[in-house]
Amino acid sequence: MIVAGCDVGSLTAKAVIMNGSILGHAVIKAKSKPEESAADVMNLALEKAGLKMDDISFCVGTGYGRSKIPFVNLAVSEIACHGKGAQWIMPSVRTVIDIGGQDCKAMRMDKDGNVLKFSTNDKCAAGTGRFLEVMAKLLGVSLDELGIISENAKDPLSLSSTCTVWVQAEVIHHLNSQKPIADIAAAINRAMAIRVGILANQVSAEKDICMSGGVAKNRGVVSHLEKVLGVKIKKLKYDPQIVGALGAAVIAGEKAKGGNVS
Amino acid sequence: MIVAGCDIGSLTAKAVIMKGDEMVAAQVMRAKSHPEESAREVMGKALEQAGLIMDEISFCVGTGYGRASIPFAKMVESEIACHGKGAQWQMPSVRMVIDIGGQDAKAIRLDDQANVIRYVYNDKCASGTGRFLEVMADALNIELGQMGTVSLSSQNPISISNQCVIFAETEIVSLINEGKNIADIVSGLHHALAHRVAALAKGIELQEDIVMTGGVAKNEGMFTALEKALGRKIKNIDRDPQINGALGAAIFAAEKLRN
Repeated sequence: MIVAGCDVGSLTAKAVIMNGSILGHAVIKAKSKPEESAADVMNLALEKAGLKMDDISFCVGTGYGRSKIPFVNLAVSEIACHGKGAQWIMPSVRTVIDIGGQDCKAMRMDKDGNVLKFSTNDKCAAGTGRFLEVMAKLLGVSLDELGIISENAKDPLSLSSTCTVWVQAEVIHHLNSQKPIADIAAAINRAMAIRVGILANQVSAEKDICMSGGVAKNRGVVSHLEKVLGVKIKKLKYDPQIVGALGAAVIAGEKAKGGNVS
Repeated sequence: MIVAGCDIGSLTAKAVIMKGDEMVAAQVMRAKSHPEESAREVMGKALEQAGLIMDEISFCVGTGYGRASIPFAKMVESEIACHGKGAQWQMPSVRMVIDIGGQDAKAIRLDDQANVIRYVYNDKCASGTGRFLEVMADALNIELGQMGTVSLSSQNPISISNQCVIFAETEIVSLINEGKNIADIVSGLHHALAHRVAALAKGIELQEDIVMTGGVAKNEGMFTALEKALGRKIKNIDRDPQINGALGAAIFAAEKLRN
């Protein structure tokens, strides 16, 4: 049975098509309308799988724009989908830290993927992908570069503020003082890790811990977060950005098997 | 006896000179990159206004964010104490001062002798400070000083759902793109900021009379928005609300000499 998951976030849209294993997946930049993003990313994933929409028996939607996806049979929270997706990839996972474009979530699960505790921040830009986006722009580097250059830091600086607005002023000050970009980038990634660490501690993060969302690709943030939490973060073998859509597809598979197909 | 007060804030520097019980000069300017430079320049302007030279100042008290870097200050006082002192000198019935600065906001409760009973402030989160309006003015391409005037024609203030400056900025950009009325957006922003500051002030129990100080108090839209958020009247002080801290510092200087 072929099922799909579609995760429409604030900055990107993701789709995964499954039939026991992953047949196709896609990530695109979000369009101005969630329904448009959903249709585009799903078509791309279908194309990669060599399938068409009619082949999908059940589709679960998730993410910020989940209520606006026209072709879904069911909408499920991102929390449930990220937990499900991460555990499907790596059954030993008990805590998922998902950093999205404008939020951050931490969730702890039992061995069956049931969410025991979760914590989320979507009120304050600090500790979300947006923080890194603002800082990367200020440094004149791409988001990917921000992670890479921070690994060359010789003498990482520190930032005293939490608020993105105040950190911006601090970074400008460091730039004006001719401080090395690598040292500033390291400070930014560390500040990010400290904020995310607070959320992880709120759910009493347990091993194995993994990360999902685009920021998981930033080595600088990951290594600082490992220091903050005092444990290694397991790397998932799939693109961390598709974990939510993958979890949605896994839930779709369970629903379809349960015979609840609408 | 001639005394002075100098208040070096994050965005502006202020100086006040007093001769006896009379304020003879008050100056406000945009802060320079170095606090000492701001202090020298703003005091120079105040001295010029009063027709005096530095040697004629018997005592000067410094306050504000950059107070430790004012070379000619003989003593420093906290902004909290200075704002309380200045406000009550201007209006003896004042029991609460709400000061919204460029990078912080404070609420101060006073007894009838201008002693600070309780205070609360926010300088951790840019939302709820003058910076909020500054960022939004930029996004709207309006002069910060014009926001009050622009908001006056608003019929239906738009409610801003994001609290974070970064997220609210995106929200404002979408509202502009949707073609929403600018006055309604600006008025909505005033209400959002007023709501944050009122929550801060309510944390130490509201007391009347209330006055508002700091640069944001010049914004008439903010004045009415804050009254609404507090559910209380705010008294109007005649003098520039931005000089209140420097004025309080000058009064401390006078008291120091008297004792």
